[in-house]
Amino acid sequence: MIEAVIFYFFGAVLLGAAIGVIASRNPVHSAMFLVLSFFTSAFIWLLLEAEFLAIVLVLVYVGAVMVLFLFVVMMLDVAPDRLQGGFTAYAPQALVIVALVVAMLGVVLWAQPGQLSMLEAPPRAPPDASNTEALGAVLYTEYVYAFELAAVLLLVAIVAAIVLTMRKRPGLKAQDVPAQLAVRREERVRLVRMKPERDE
Amino acid sequence: MNALSQFAPASAEIFLTFAACTVLLVDVFLPDRYRVWSYFLALAAVAGTALVLVATAPAEPVVTLSGAFVADSLSQLLKLFTCAVVAVTFLYAKDYLRARSLFQGEYYVLGLLAMLGIFVMISAHSMLSLYLGLEIMSLSLYAMVAFNRESPLAAEAAMKYFILGAIATGCFLYGTSILYGVTGSLDLGEISRRATALDGLDVHLLVALSFILVGVAFKFGAVPFHMWLPDVYQGAITPVTLFIGTAAKIASLAMIFRVLVDGLGPMHASWADMLAVLAVLSMAVGNVVAIAQTNIKRMLAYSTISHVGFILLGVLAGTTSGYQAAVYYTLAYVIMAAAAFGMIILLSRAGFEAEALEDFRGLNARSPWFAAIMLIVMFSMAGVPPLLGFYAKFSVLAAVIEVGRTWLAIAGVVFSVIGAFYYLRVVKLMYFDEPVEHAPLVAGSDLRLVLSVNGLLVLALGIFPQALLAITAVVR
Repeated sequence: MIEAVIFYFFGAVLLGAAIGVIASRNPVHSAMFLVLSFFTSAFIWLLLEAEFLAIVLVLVYVGAVMVLFLFVVMMLDVAPDRLQGGFTAYAPQALVIVALVVAMLGVVLWAQPGQLSMLEAPPRAPPDASNTEALGAVLYTEYVYAFELAAVLLLVAIVAAIVLTMRKRPGLKAQDVPAQLAVRREERVRLVRMKPERDE
Repeated sequence: MNALSQFAPASAEIFLTFAACTVLLVDVFLPDRYRVWSYFLALAAVAGTALVLVATAPAEPVVTLSGAFVADSLSQLLKLFTCAVVAVTFLYAKDYLRARSLFQGEYYVLGLLAMLGIFVMISAHSMLSLYLGLEIMSLSLYAMVAFNRESPLAAEAAMKYFILGAIATGCFLYGTSILYGVTGSLDLGEISRRATALDGLDVHLLVALSFILVGVAFKFGAVPFHMWLPDVYQGAITPVTLFIGTAAKIASLAMIFRVLVDGLGPMHASWADMLAVLAVLSMAVGNVVAIAQTNIKRMLAYSTISHVGFILLGVLAGTTSGYQAAVYYTLAYVIMAAAAFGMIILLSRAGFEAEALEDFRGLNARSPWFAAIMLIVMFSMAGVPPLLGFYAKFSVLAAVIEVGRTWLAIAGVVFSVIGAFYYLRVVKLMYFDEPVEHAPLVAGSDLRLVLSVNGLLVLALGIFPQALLAITAVVR
């Protein structure tokens, strides 16, 4: 009972935060709403006895990814007023489509009650079971293929990011360190012989 | 099975990963004047992968790596074909990229990594590996679309592709999560067993199937999930369009086979009707809207959409001959599309994109040989006998009639006839109009040679359809 209350409470907060991410005008607010939604999903994962993943979600996503994200958002010059109208301009069509999908899902799911064929919930783990150990036991054995593929995926992301951002723009002001080090005195310092001036 | 022999069926993927990393590393240290070596290395990587594939061909289907990977005759066929297509794409791209100072090793590295993603999708035996392969391919393709950073059109296309692709992946994952909730497994074999036990009519399975199908249709570009396709085809540089139009289509076919046939096969009655709607809409919208296009890349994009409709027809028949027809159609389409986009690359030169239909005006006066090649390709796409496209359409229609869906076959024929108009318009422009351009074609002899072979293959495989039919007969 108490679990259901906790689940629905965090589920509601999660949904509200997710709506806040796309509905708020200010990108910093969006990012903060995203942090909130990560936190609430971490709580839901805790309910599912996925303690390790919940902690990783908070540490990695909230602690590292979102902080970086906030830096980027704050460095970009995104004026909130320029983004105005974009959300509401397409809202009517979007609402119609969302209403349709929700209605169809509702009809399908409620029209056939008693047909719930979900798998039985797995038995509760004993209190001393280690989530981390269980993950570690399968990560490099059963899921080694997926693990390696995820590594390749990260490689693709790195290559793609570098391809899209590294370029030689004409007129780019950059330091040429070897040239700076190789400079000689004659190139920078010019001795000018001046006639001594005298105040008359 | 000991630990290492588990990996043996995946030798080609492992080789390809190492080869892509090698090209990436070598490219970093190459001075610009030796850049062509990245291209040679990439070609060698593709050839090596093909060799490893042939050397490790399994005698019978093998499922390994804890059920995440399958090697069977279908995967063998599609992978070898992917190798050939990627090699041809790389070759067509070389001169084009050079003329636009876009000749960077990253094009080839991203191409090889996308090929790896395609391989993973082809051999996926679990929803997890299918998803990871899809992401590896898609991420590489997003970056390749945005490859020409000077072009705002390319940036817009990449943005659309990325956002719509993310939504499609989201739908796919949502369906997968429901599927996991119902079946308790991501393994396609286990999903299939569980779906059989549930009689395929379970409502949660249906919801999962719908979302997964949305994701698959998005990647395939079937109406009504096709909006990204014309913009991406037009915005990307032609060698990238070529890649998306050919190799990525093989991946979409593999995805549909693995998910719908291997995984959700017991639900055939449900997804066949869904595919029928997608197929008819795709053939209608693709063929009708293509008539209004003046940009040949957009025209070919809508033509792709209509061909996707035909491929879906073959899949929805749900019989062995239907699956064979779908594979046959896909391979035939890939050969034709490679030649069509190759022609655009051939007609383009530095600072000039032969993108408008007008650019094909009077091609016969400028180069009778390549006008003839384009003629063959256009006739074949329209489905004129005795060319490759005719047998592809024929076998799909035969399979559909065989299962009693005659109306679908009639719709297919009607829309093919409508579609013939815009293919023939290209032929009319080439042969009966005066050229507006008189500049001679600038293209390397390698491009000319491979493009000629590619075009003649459309003719030869049309005259001797048994060759390709025999190859696709391995599909069960």
